Amino acid sequence: MKKWTELEPGTVILEAGSSVRFKTGSWRSFRPRWVPENCIQCLMCWLYCPDMAVKVADGKVAGFDYDYCKGCGVCAKECPGKQGKKAIVMEAEGK
Amino acid sequence: MGKIVAVTGNEAVANALRQADPDVCSLYPITPQSDIVQRFSSFVSNGQVRTELLNAESEHSAMSAAIGAAAAGGRVITATSSQGLALMWEMLHIAAGMNMPIIMPLVNRALSAPINIHGDHSDGMGARDTGWVQLWSESAQEAYDNTIMAFRIGEHMDIRLPVMVCMDGFIVSHSIARMEYLEDAEVSGFIGPYQPKNPLLDMEHPKSFGPLILTDLYHEYKRLQHEIMGRVQDVVLQVSDEFAKLSGRRYGLFESYRLEDAEIALVILNSAAGTSKDVVDEFRDKGIKAGLLKPRLFRPFPYAEVGQALKHLKAVCVMDRADSFGGYGPMFMEISSTLYQAVQANGAGAGPKLINKIYGLGGRDYMPHDAGRVLEELHEIAGGAPVRIVKEYIGVRE
Repeated sequence: MKKWTELEPGTVILEAGSSVRFKTGSWRSFRPRWVPENCIQCLMCWLYCPDMAVKVADGKVAGFDYDYCKGCGVCAKECPGKQGKKAIVMEAEGK
Repeated sequence: MGKIVAVTGNEAVANALRQADPDVCSLYPITPQSDIVQRFSSFVSNGQVRTELLNAESEHSAMSAAIGAAAAGGRVITATSSQGLALMWEMLHIAAGMNMPIIMPLVNRALSAPINIHGDHSDGMGARDTGWVQLWSESAQEAYDNTIMAFRIGEHMDIRLPVMVCMDGFIVSHSIARMEYLEDAEVSGFIGPYQPKNPLLDMEHPKSFGPLILTDLYHEYKRLQHEIMGRVQDVVLQVSDEFAKLSGRRYGLFESYRLEDAEIALVILNSAAGTSKDVVDEFRDKGIKAGLLKPRLFRPFPYAEVGQALKHLKAVCVMDRADSFGGYGPMFMEISSTLYQAVQANGAGAGPKLINKIYGLGGRDYMPHDAGRVLEELHEIAGGAPVRIVKEYIGVRE
């Protein structure tokens, strides 16, 4: 941990991308579960995620990054799903 | 040399802001400050400054925009009074905590309720603990000079802090007085071009402002803020010294008026200090050794120097144009702390007897006879009379 004499005034972080070291997944009380058979690959979850916790590979949803997902549920709320069935469902942690 | 003019305090300050040619001015009007941003808007419309004007929807937004513009890397100004400053409150802390050298004239006005547009110091005193540097001004000339110096002080690389320049609403802001402008070139030469520090718009060096900092580092950041505040006094003196060479007008951390050999003294801010100095002269003519101390740099407060200037006195009255309900007046608390430390360090004597008068709230006139009565009371206390009451309202109908 830094001493006060080592800090940059102005509470500014000069190192770009350093937030990858701040893992926030432990804040989660609900976790999103991806249901691939209901997914139409619209990427709305990726667009709406306030973090960058929706993993995308080759332009397609590939699951969640649970190191950073705080379980806010925005992805599940926005997911249009297929024929009334959500491709993302929120489940309580620890169940 | 400069030009001698007859102008209001607001006009003087608006011209200081024009001469500083800021990059951004975010504004929201409020009496008695509106006149400053109205005049500044005209300078923008007339092409007399390069400034980008942001009309905000509230003072909270005006200060938020100022912080954003300062983080982007610009020289930024705004101005406010009273409720406007109160609405800015949370953003004031953020401007200071993020070391954003925003310059803000504060035209001092009473706080509601009851609603009142006239001058007192409740607004500025309420912002005492926000981390801003505060310079207080007796006259249009002092407000103009302090505004110019504020840019050099706030933008100094050792501190990078926002600066509030205070002057009394209406009594100074709307009264025409004689003062002296510096030439535009003199001011721009004195202030110099803006040097940004860690600007967001430097795309080659991406950075983050405003991170969440919890128990692991918050305490360290506040310790750093305390350290930076401790550097302000030297910067103020250095800038004031350079300003004296330019203008011939010399400012210190405070003004001492006939204090060196005085036995009694008033401590008083802003315009009422002018009235009081006349009365101090009258008492001197009567053979009573009266003096006055007028603080200029209120935050950070120069405790050691003020203590040194007051500790030899027999009786001091701290005049507050604001109240801390349930406490003493805000200036009294500072002077009381100052004197306790000075007397302790001195190791001998009890130091001056200390009383506190609350005067002039909501623009209530402060007359020479008010100062006279207080000096008379101090004279009696200095002569051995007991202190009748520590804190008392004066100029009030009983």
